[in-house]
Amino acid sequence: MTHISMTVDGVRYDDDVEPRTLLVHHLRDRLGKVGTVVGCDTSNCGSCTVLMAGNSVKSCTVLAVQADGSDVTTVEGLAGRDGSLHPVQRSFHETHALQCGYCTPGMIMAAVDLLAENPDPSDDEIREGLEGNLCRCTGYQNIVKAVREAGAAMRTSGQQVPPAKPAERPETAAQEVTT
Amino acid sequence: MIPAAFEYSRPTGIDDAVRALSEGGEDAKAMAGGQSLIPMLRLRLAVPSVVVDLAGITDLGGIRDDGDALVIGAMTTHDEVLNDELIKTHVPLIAQATATVADRQVRHRGTFGGSLAHADPAGDLPSVAAALDASFEIAGPAGRRTVPASEFFVDYLTSAVQPDEILVSIRVPKLGGWGSHYEKFSRVAQAWAMVGVAAAVRRDNGTIADARVALTNMGATPVRARAVEEALIGGPASADAVAAAAERAAEGAEPSSDVSASADYRSHLATVLTRRAVSAAGRL
Repeated sequence: MTHISMTVDGVRYDDDVEPRTLLVHHLRDRLGKVGTVVGCDTSNCGSCTVLMAGNSVKSCTVLAVQADGSDVTTVEGLAGRDGSLHPVQRSFHETHALQCGYCTPGMIMAAVDLLAENPDPSDDEIREGLEGNLCRCTGYQNIVKAVREAGAAMRTSGQQVPPAKPAERPETAAQEVTT
Repeated sequence: MIPAAFEYSRPTGIDDAVRALSEGGEDAKAMAGGQSLIPMLRLRLAVPSVVVDLAGITDLGGIRDDGDALVIGAMTTHDEVLNDELIKTHVPLIAQATATVADRQVRHRGTFGGSLAHADPAGDLPSVAAALDASFEIAGPAGRRTVPASEFFVDYLTSAVQPDEILVSIRVPKLGGWGSHYEKFSRVAQAWAMVGVAAAVRRDNGTIADARVALTNMGATPVRARAVEEALIGGPASADAVAAAAERAAEGAEPSSDVSASADYRSHLATVLTRRAVSAAGRL
């Protein structure tokens, strides 16, 4: 067992894990972050996408031990404390950018990452930026629309992406959990 | 799909990593970003006894200007390569090819050196390194050694890096006055290259003064298309001359046939993509 410490959605967790544990299994099975799903389990579909130090990663292709010391944001960490949706979440909701919804957590996290780097992407840039995420309902048209509109909403409101770092969120930064 | 159990170590120095690999024996495996290794662990195609994670070794990172060359730390991520001004300025071919590697998520984790050491014939960066005449600094129990690109790629998924060695850095000569282009053909977004072509061309007005062409996935290792280079060098910088030279792209190559393409089709692609890559590199 290897001791790891990581901050997930603003809460610090200390755990002993087997080195072979994948980050996605650690998030779901140990920390209860079941908003992040396992899709293909082969690094292709992107449904397990989370942010590590602000960068999108496929959490089925990261070992939990590699995330030691990292700040991880899952789809569960995007909404405000009052339940208000992140602009990307709201945009996916409003433009009906999902059918079965299985790819949605990964699509949203990949979109948050893309908009952080490119706040005003063209449709081609959105499609290319989301090439690591598959929607098997093939609902790409509305997904592209959602990302475009979320970008516009965030440019108007000056919203930070990704959300404020844990240190700036005193309501959670004080928490510490050992599971 | 859960990997088999393994011991894990995360050294902070190059010598410590080499020692950990030596002590781990032939079943020890070095891990860079893990974007090739972890899928293999999950499928249990790789079952190492010890995984030596190189992520804690700061000496393996960074890109520095070394006069007529850039020295790229092996653990530099694809994303860092894409955002590096030195690379954009001096070897834009690397940035252009790196942008086609996998997807954003994988590029955040995957590394330049890991991709080269993994030596996947369908990987984009080995042929780029071959075209650029890169050289590789390797650390092992006996100290450091430098291997040229022509000797680095040994066979399918096999580089010159031995099990008890790690790749430290890659030295890439600057391409001042050259044009370059990477042309890749794949079935769908984020897929591996069916065939790819890395080309660099130096023009002297209406003549092609120098040319380098290397092919992705046209054999077990990246292939320098020497026949194309010979046909181009000293000849006119014209579309006809490039098209004629590109006909020789597959000479000496031994492409495989698999589910995505037959060997004949790959040879056809090599010609078409070489014509496109050289034309773009030479601004024709």
